[in-house]
Amino acid sequence: MGSVTATVAPPTGSNVTRWFRTFGAIVVAGFRRHATYRQAALAGVVTNTVFGFLRCYIFLAVAGTAGSVAGYDRAQLATFVWAGQGLLAVILLWGWTDLADRIRTGEIASDLLRPVHPVTSYLAADLGRAGFASLSRLLPPVLIGPLFFDVYLPRRWATVPLFALSVLVAVVLCFGCRFLVNATAYWLQDVRGAVILWTLCSGVLAGLYFPLRFLPGWLQLPLWYATPFPSLFQTPLDVLVERDPAPTQLGLVGLQVAWAVLILAACRLVQRRAERRLVVQGG
Amino acid sequence: MAERLAAYRALLGAQARSQAAYRTSFVVDLVGNVGATVFDVVTVLVLFGVTRELGGFTLREALVIVGLSSFAFATADLLVGNIERLPRYVRTGLFDAVLVRPLGALPQLLLMDLPLRKVSRALFGLAVLVVAVTSAGIDWTPARLVLVLVAPLAAVVFFGAVFVTTATVSFYWIDSGELANSVTYGGRDFTSYPVTVYGGWFRTLFAYGMGFAFVSYHPALALLGRADPLGLPAWAGWASPVVALVAAAVAATAWRVGVRHYRSTGS
Repeated sequence: MGSVTATVAPPTGSNVTRWFRTFGAIVVAGFRRHATYRQAALAGVVTNTVFGFLRCYIFLAVAGTAGSVAGYDRAQLATFVWAGQGLLAVILLWGWTDLADRIRTGEIASDLLRPVHPVTSYLAADLGRAGFASLSRLLPPVLIGPLFFDVYLPRRWATVPLFALSVLVAVVLCFGCRFLVNATAYWLQDVRGAVILWTLCSGVLAGLYFPLRFLPGWLQLPLWYATPFPSLFQTPLDVLVERDPAPTQLGLVGLQVAWAVLILAACRLVQRRAERRLVVQGG
Repeated sequence: MAERLAAYRALLGAQARSQAAYRTSFVVDLVGNVGATVFDVVTVLVLFGVTRELGGFTLREALVIVGLSSFAFATADLLVGNIERLPRYVRTGLFDAVLVRPLGALPQLLLMDLPLRKVSRALFGLAVLVVAVTSAGIDWTPARLVLVLVAPLAAVVFFGAVFVTTATVSFYWIDSGELANSVTYGGRDFTSYPVTVYGGWFRTLFAYGMGFAFVSYHPALALLGRADPLGLPAWAGWASPVVALVAAAVAATAWRVGVRHYRSTGS
């Protein structure tokens, strides 16, 4: 990505520094844009809290008197639920149709004129949004949950940085998936079908409705390897509650990274194809 | 009165025609909408895949609760669920246009975009309910036959009241966003499981404070002929129509007060 235009002489500084400076500026802009919706964030936290109570009680009832289910004990289930409710808004599974709206209205034309690749600039803005969400949406449920339930705290020091990395990769991956879903607007006039399909699959296959380890074993392997969904939500939470030994954790995060690279590459490919056939409506 | 009905019928007809005009989109919507309810039921089946009983209930018994809840929620969502768009109407000023017309504001809003695509979801909910009550081994008496017809209808009224009541929050707090979801969709999730699953003040608040226990849990107990492990007498299963009427009265009051409080955003 270069910021060379016809009217400005190419600057003499290092390309890499400039790239990071531009990227950083868009991230900060994304953070500040979302920091203005404080009331909506508060309403979201209330909703996450209610669902935290609901899911937590239900999963604890599943664990029953035996006290454990599918390799999770009661405290691990509680952490899974409450951290999950916070994580939901950080990775933002649902409700992002900015790109599709801009394609439909033709405003995408102004994005294409910018010297920054659309995938890069939308990713940077999304990282900024996720940054604000981790303060306003991830922290509250993580703090509220332990007030009412016994939660599991990581016992290995390496888990904390690995969890942070896993969340970051999940945000990037989820952005990539949303970008692809939105990009169908280049070909279809109405993205509703694609959005509905994504909403359904991501909710149930990412581990939001129930931890995916509840599923029978023969389903789990293809789900993790052949679809990006578990890497969006289930993996960061499994890392946090130390569901698996450290080597397996590393492997799961490695799988996440592989999926993120693959999906981002697909985004760039789709964007290039789309730009070749795009006819911007209107004037 | 007849004129008024004709106007409402015209609104509904226009809606139906406009939604069916884009046939592919409509079919996609029908399928997508049933998917959401299917996954709610799948979730319950998955949970019972790793445990034999949930809160003291077997799968067959729990399905009666799930069936009542999904049918009632889906039907109420079809009929009045679109009231959750009220925040947008208030913000954009469209609500002004609704108020100046010589028809009721609430019926207009409901008919203006009655989501016909949600029909599929309500039918699926009905199917789950029918399968559940026929396979749960219920000892049918005349009283239970009446209850199996009355309880789902009462639950629909109850959820409808919840939709309207929570939507009125946006008259006071325009940016309330997804706040209403915590009670509407939260209520759906709450009523999909036996109340015994929950605990503490959270159970008291949702089950008895807001009345969600009478949507599916108590009617299901009465149908199954089980005593309430939490100690409420057997007649609690028959209280659902009364609870629904109270909820409807609360919703009507909240709506009137809300509309009176409404000030145009002036945009």
